[in-house]
Amino acid sequence: MAQAKAKYLTLEEGFFAAFLIVIAFACLIIAGKTYDQVMAFHTSLGALFAAVGAFIIFKNYFDDGGIEIPQEIDGKPNYNLGPIKFAAWAAMLWGVAGFTVGLIVALQLAYPVLNLDLPWTSFGRLRPLHTSAVIFAFGGNVLLGTSFYVVQRTSRARMPGRIAPWFVILGYNAFIVIAGTGYLLGATQSKEYAEPEWYADLWLTIVWVAYLLLFLGTIWKRKESHIYVANWFYLAFIITIAMLHIVNNLTIPVTIYGTKSYILWSGVQDAMVQWWYGHNAVGFFLTAGFLAIMYYFVPKRAERPVYSYRLSIVHFWALIFLYIWAGPHHLHYTALPQWASTLGATFSIILWMPSWGGMINGLMTLSGAWDKLRTDPVLRMMVVSIAFYGMSTFEGPLMSLRSVNSLSHYTDWTIGHVHSGALGWVGYISFGALYCLIPWLWNKKQVYSLRLVNWHFWISTIGIVLYICAMWVSGIMQGLMWRAYDKLGFLEYSFIETVEAMHPFYVIRAMGGALFVAGALIMVYNLWMTVRHGEAEEAKAIETGAMAPAQ
Amino acid sequence: MNEAYTSVASFAQTWGLAYFVLLFAGVLVYALWPKNRSRFEDAAQIPLRED
Repeated sequence: MAQAKAKYLTLEEGFFAAFLIVIAFACLIIAGKTYDQVMAFHTSLGALFAAVGAFIIFKNYFDDGGIEIPQEIDGKPNYNLGPIKFAAWAAMLWGVAGFTVGLIVALQLAYPVLNLDLPWTSFGRLRPLHTSAVIFAFGGNVLLGTSFYVVQRTSRARMPGRIAPWFVILGYNAFIVIAGTGYLLGATQSKEYAEPEWYADLWLTIVWVAYLLLFLGTIWKRKESHIYVANWFYLAFIITIAMLHIVNNLTIPVTIYGTKSYILWSGVQDAMVQWWYGHNAVGFFLTAGFLAIMYYFVPKRAERPVYSYRLSIVHFWALIFLYIWAGPHHLHYTALPQWASTLGATFSIILWMPSWGGMINGLMTLSGAWDKLRTDPVLRMMVVSIAFYGMSTFEGPLMSLRSVNSLSHYTDWTIGHVHSGALGWVGYISFGALYCLIPWLWNKKQVYSLRLVNWHFWISTIGIVLYICAMWVSGIMQGLMWRAYDKLGFLEYSFIETVEAMHPFYVIRAMGGALFVAGALIMVYNLWMTVRHGEAEEAKAIETGAMAPAQ
Repeated sequence: MNEAYTSVASFAQTWGLAYFVLLFAGVLVYALWPKNRSRFEDAAQIPLRED
C-alpha cells in the first residue's frame, strides 16, 4: 500500500507548511525580544496557530498519504464543502458574540456604571470590538462561506487546492481573534473599522490575496461559460477590499517588536483616505458582497430566475462606478476642501439609482410568487432585508447632503441609519442565507423548524424597529438641542442636558438590541437542531419523493 | 507641486470623465444589445439548474 502513496508533499502542502513554519519561528523570535505585553501575547498566539496549522498539514499527509481528491463523483462536481461549513458556524458564533457585545455597549450608554471602571470593559474598547465582530467576524464569515459555495455551484467546479481554502477560512478567523483581543488589550490604530494594528493588517493582506487567487482559480476552472452575476459582485468585493485595506493601512511600525505604528498619510489626507476606506467598506463589504448573496439565494429560494439579468449587469457596473466616490460626505464642514465634500454628496445622490435598481431587481424576482412570502419565513426574511436595503440607501444620500448632515452628523441619527442597514439588510440577508445554506450543506430537506424561523423573524423585526425609531428620535432631538440658541445668542442647552434627554431612548435601543440577540439565539438553536436531527427530514423527503436535497 | 496638481486635476476632469462615460455607455450597450437577450436569459437560469 505504501507504494500507492505519493512520495512527496504536493507543492501546495509543502508551500503552506514551510510558510507556516517560518511564521511560527518569526512569531517566537518577536515574542522573545518584545517589551510590549500585547505583542508578546499576539505573537505567542500567532506561533501557536501557525504551528498547529503546519502540524495539521503533515498529519493529513501521513493519514491519507496524499491521495488525490476526485474533481467529480458520478459526473457531478465534487464540491469542497468543509471550509464552508466551518465558516457558517463561525459566522453564527461571532454573530451572537458581536450582537451581545453590542447590547452591552448599548446598556453602557444608558447606564455608564456598566463600564465597570476597568480599561478592558470600557466603552471605548468594547465599541470597536462590537463593530468589528459584527462586520468582519459575522459578516466576513458569511461572505467567505457563501462566496465559496456560490462560486463553486455557479461554475460547476470544485475549488482548486486542498490547503488553500482552509488557509483562507482559518487564517481569516485567526485575524479576527488577533484583532478582537487587541482591542480589549488596548492595541488600536484608532481608525474606524480599521482598528487592527500593522501586524494583523499584514496577516489579513496575505489571507486576502490567497482568497482572491482561490476565487479566481475557481472561476478559471468553471464548466459554465457565463460568469454568473453573483460572482461579479463577490469579485468586486474581494478586489476592492484588498485595495482599500492596503491603502488605508500603509503604516510604519515604531519597531517590529511593538504594536504601535504610524500611518504614512497626515492631516486631512489621512482623514480622506480613512473615509474613502470607511465608506467603501460599506459599499463593497456590506453592499456588494451581500448583493452577491441576494443574487444567488433569493432566486434559489424563490425557485425563479432573477427578475432582469440585464438590470443586474447595469446595477453592478453603476454601483461599482459610483460608490468609490462617495467617501468625502463623511467630512462635511472639516478641513477637506468644499468641492471634495460636494463631490462626495453628489455621487451619494446618484447612488439612489443603482441602489433602487438593485432593490427592485431583488424584490421583483418574486413577481408571480408573492404567496411564498406568506408560507416561507426564510424568503420573507430575505425580502424584508431587501426592503431595508432600499430604505437605508434612500436615507443615506439624504444624510450626505451638507444641510441635512449639519443636523445629523455626530448624533444618534447616524447610529440609527447604520443599524437599519446592518441589522435590517446585512443581518437579515445573512440569516436568510444561513437558513438556506445549513440544510444544503448537511443534505437536509429543510430547516428543523420553520415556526422558529417565524419567531426569529418577528422578534428581530420588533427589535430593529425599536432600535431605529429610538435612534431617529434621539438623534434628531440631540441635533436640534445642540443648535438651539436663546434670545441673547447663547447656547440653550449644556452638553450634559442633551445626554440626559437621550436616556429613555438609550433604554429603548438596548431593548431592541436584546430582542435582536434573542432572535439570533433562536436561529443558532434551530440550525443546530437542523444539523443534528435532520435524518428524519431526509427520510421523509425520500418517502414523499420530493426533490433531492441540496439541489 | 501646484502645477502638477492642476494638470492632474484637469486631466481627470476631461479625459477621466470621457473615459468613464464611454466605459459605462459600453456596459449599457452590452447589457441591452438585442442579440445578447437569449444569452442573459440563459445565464439567469444558472443557479436553478440541477447538478
